[in-house]
Amino acid sequence: MQIQSTEIVDTFAEAFKMWGARVVITGEDRDWAMAAANAMTGFATSVIGCKCEAGVEREVPASETPDGRPGVSVLLFSTSAESLGKRLVERVGQCVMTCPTTACFDGLEAADSVVVGGALRFFGDGYQIRKKLNGRRMWRVPVMDGEFLVDERFSVQPAVGGGNLLILAADMPEALSAAKAAVAAMRGVPGVILPFPNGVVRSGSKVGSRYKTLPASTNDAYCPTLRGFAPQTDLPDGVTCVLEIVIDGLDVAGVEEAMRRGMKAAAGKGVVRISAGNYGGTLGQFKIGLHGLLN
Amino acid sequence: MSMTLKLRTAPEVPLEAEVIRPDSLSGKSEKEIAALPLLYGNRHAELGEFFAVSGRADGELHVEGELSKVKHIGAGMTAGKLVVHGDVGSHLGSVMTGGEIEVQGNAGDWVGPEMQGGRIVVKGNAGHMVGSAYRGSQMGMMDGEIIIHGSAGNETGSAMRNGLIAIAGDCGDFAGVNMLAGTIVVLGKIGVRFGAGMKRGSIVTMHEAEVLPTFTYACTYRPTFLRLYLYRLRNIGLEIADAYVTGPYKRWSGDAVALNRGEALIYDG
Repeated sequence: MQIQSTEIVDTFAEAFKMWGARVVITGEDRDWAMAAANAMTGFATSVIGCKCEAGVEREVPASETPDGRPGVSVLLFSTSAESLGKRLVERVGQCVMTCPTTACFDGLEAADSVVVGGALRFFGDGYQIRKKLNGRRMWRVPVMDGEFLVDERFSVQPAVGGGNLLILAADMPEALSAAKAAVAAMRGVPGVILPFPNGVVRSGSKVGSRYKTLPASTNDAYCPTLRGFAPQTDLPDGVTCVLEIVIDGLDVAGVEEAMRRGMKAAAGKGVVRISAGNYGGTLGQFKIGLHGLLN
Repeated sequence: MSMTLKLRTAPEVPLEAEVIRPDSLSGKSEKEIAALPLLYGNRHAELGEFFAVSGRADGELHVEGELSKVKHIGAGMTAGKLVVHGDVGSHLGSVMTGGEIEVQGNAGDWVGPEMQGGRIVVKGNAGHMVGSAYRGSQMGMMDGEIIIHGSAGNETGSAMRNGLIAIAGDCGDFAGVNMLAGTIVVLGKIGVRFGAGMKRGSIVTMHEAEVLPTFTYACTYRPTFLRLYLYRLRNIGLEIADAYVTGPYKRWSGDAVALNRGEALIYDG
């Protein structure tokens, strides 16, 4: 299958079950809300090393936030509801509560939930105030600019992590250009984030390593410097740069839509091939075929 | 199709009618409903003596007529919708746990005493003791919402433990007396000695007010949590000026004669 001059490989992305949460951060203005969101989503590229994956989903206009102030929606994913709860407490506590003027709200409706504000309230050292409004339980934690308002519990739901696209390009400028175009197209999909820097990762990994302590190591089959040296290469002639886009979503439909948009936006001059990473279908619960997305 | 109870014989003395609630009438025939017991003065009576019953009880109940001497309507209600077309007597929605009551006229004293959930909306004025504890009781309103579009009398939210009381008009004296927690919002003027003996909770007023000497001024700030409350009130039909949502409030801590963890927030725009 081709899109313009780009070959779409007949393969699939292997994605995994995760748990996801949506956090709505508001602030006195858009900049403070975004500052907290950027802090919260920093060092959250891969569950392997960061214990969670997170990203900014979108900016939320003041008319849509609980307190009528400008907001930012953040999605956070981890391997279990329990782990996600811990990550939320850490990141809301260290990145949002610390940021001037912000408040933090649950942005999801789901059957399951984890305690967040109910744990962070102890920072108030007994001066915290609990509020309940129309079923919403919140905590007001006194801080030096006034109060930090945070929901007591945040909803969590089963989600999908590890959707991916591999962009195989003739050279780096073309790979970067294609990846940027794909990311711009994919970021418009609701319920989806791209957790790596600017949405793109160059250090794609394979499972395992010759070093026993490492669960993952460089994806040598896609490293151009290892062509002819590593035991196997998946790079066709003329490819000198591969970039990957990893997609996490609150549901598989969102991940699929993002991959569909990404492939269409990335394909074109200089992009030799678009593929996807998988482990032979043995590890992940979701197999997202590239051809199926385009048919 | 909803059910309608139309008052045809105006009571001369108080009529206690706690059977008038949509959840307990559901599934009953008109005949069964007409036979439900009431207390008229000091004698027992049947509902059919005073009310004409029509329609089918399906969770929505309309009550019509001059009901200012009819007490305990909606008491103990757990679900459904009850609409009172006109004025209603005291103890409306007493200890209710769910559902919604709407009064299109005025309500007597003791609106929603010791309420545990649901919502009461009074389009006119309410008497004293809105959402309060009964005399001798430790706790008043435990949860839910009471919205008064007009004014309310004294001791609104007395010993309330949780929930929201909003008064669009003025409020009498001793609002939130002995309050344990929860929120009282008064858009009009509030009477004297509000928050006396309060342990926790929030009393919000939009006009200058005389604060008890046992309250301590903390700061003037813009409380984020209050925005949610005011948006909520706006969403359920109260007129809330934008200035109240975004404006500054003086925060007073009190009452120092009790736990001192309560607060009075007085709009300072």
